[in-house]
Amino acid sequence: MNWLEQWASYMPQMLSGLGVSLFIAAVSIVIGYPLGLLLSVMVQRRNLVIRTLGLAIVEIGRGAPALVILYLVYYGLPKFGIAFESIQAACIALVWNAAAYSSEIIRAGLQSVPRGQTEAAQVLGLSSRDIFFRVIMPQGMRSAIPGLMGVAIQMFQGTSLAYAIAVPELMKSAYNIGSQDFNYLQIFTLAGICYAAISMPATWITVYFEKRLSRHA
Amino acid sequence: MDALTAVVQGLPMTLWLTLAAFAIGIVGAVPLSLALTSPVAPVRWAARLLVDLIRGVPIIVWLFLLKFGIHVGTFKFDPVNAAIVGLGVVSIAYLAEIYRGGIQAVPRGQLEASKALGLSGATTFFGVVIPQAFRIVSPSIATYLVGLLKDSSIASTIIVAEMVFQSQSFARQHPTVEGILPYVIVGIIYIVLSLPVAFLSRRLDARMRKAIFV
Repeated sequence: MNWLEQWASYMPQMLSGLGVSLFIAAVSIVIGYPLGLLLSVMVQRRNLVIRTLGLAIVEIGRGAPALVILYLVYYGLPKFGIAFESIQAACIALVWNAAAYSSEIIRAGLQSVPRGQTEAAQVLGLSSRDIFFRVIMPQGMRSAIPGLMGVAIQMFQGTSLAYAIAVPELMKSAYNIGSQDFNYLQIFTLAGICYAAISMPATWITVYFEKRLSRHA
Repeated sequence: MDALTAVVQGLPMTLWLTLAAFAIGIVGAVPLSLALTSPVAPVRWAARLLVDLIRGVPIIVWLFLLKFGIHVGTFKFDPVNAAIVGLGVVSIAYLAEIYRGGIQAVPRGQLEASKALGLSGATTFFGVVIPQAFRIVSPSIATYLVGLLKDSSIASTIIVAEMVFQSQSFARQHPTVEGILPYVIVGIIYIVLSLPVAFLSRRLDARMRKAIFV
């Protein structure tokens, strides 16, 4: 059998792994980004307790390797009686990661909105809630879009680490196939192609958005 | 043996992986960044495709590909070399992209001025473009180095005895509450290790900003 035929025979198992990878990535983004927004607001608060808590969550999420957070959640927490299934642990760890990284990007985006916008909104008598949600956020999020897309790609790639806690994602599928017939070169090449087939176009779209946004800036 | 001692045992390996891969990346990214900024379009496209391909595949896949997939005659990678080569290749791609950004950020007027002064192509590139580009990219390089330090933890999945691997084996031997300690400690060590790099890069950045814009 040549490579292509073998790859075709591996595809069903690989695709089910890819589905799990995409699911974890989607969860980390859908839950992580709103948390990132919350964290970005927390670290800008004057209240010392809120700010410190926000900073700690962000700095640990960005400063510690994703793999360490993954192990902490999956192997560490059960020692205190808090046990998760492997896929839940992977989701929690990547949500934390996504929230920490996105909060920095969102914060930079929000801070890029000129102060005059807040002042003008205040003069017009808008409530502080309206100022944040209807004036600052729509403008600030716009410039955060390319960065957030970048983090989304990073999260998708990060799902491959869930292999280490035996989540049946793409990398685990590849490894299982490989350990059956020892065609490691073929199967990991195929795994790489599967990841690249999603990451590369996603990167190009991100670059396109970056260029479009910088043109209008 | 306590958790801290166990984790720190892996520190030299973590540093070795990081610095070796960084060295490969710093040097290897030079030709690739030149290709990325080449005036010859096909060269540029090929380099772009290569960079995006390398970056599009997660590091763990590169490590497994090298560790398990490469089998030429009697040659096989041992885990440490597979990790260094894998992290090095990925570093080449990321750093080439950073260099490219720096080269292209040097204002066009600098090139025109060099031409007007009659400088040769080589002098323009090495004497005018590179020094300015270096100032522009040095904070990004420092950020990448911190990222690489964290990514070196992935080598534990191909059984390289760095810090995370040591944490794992300590935790396995201590099924009690103590078993969470190595993960907390190793997380703190990564954060502490990245502080001086971040601090230095901020100072370097501040100094260089002065140097350029004053």
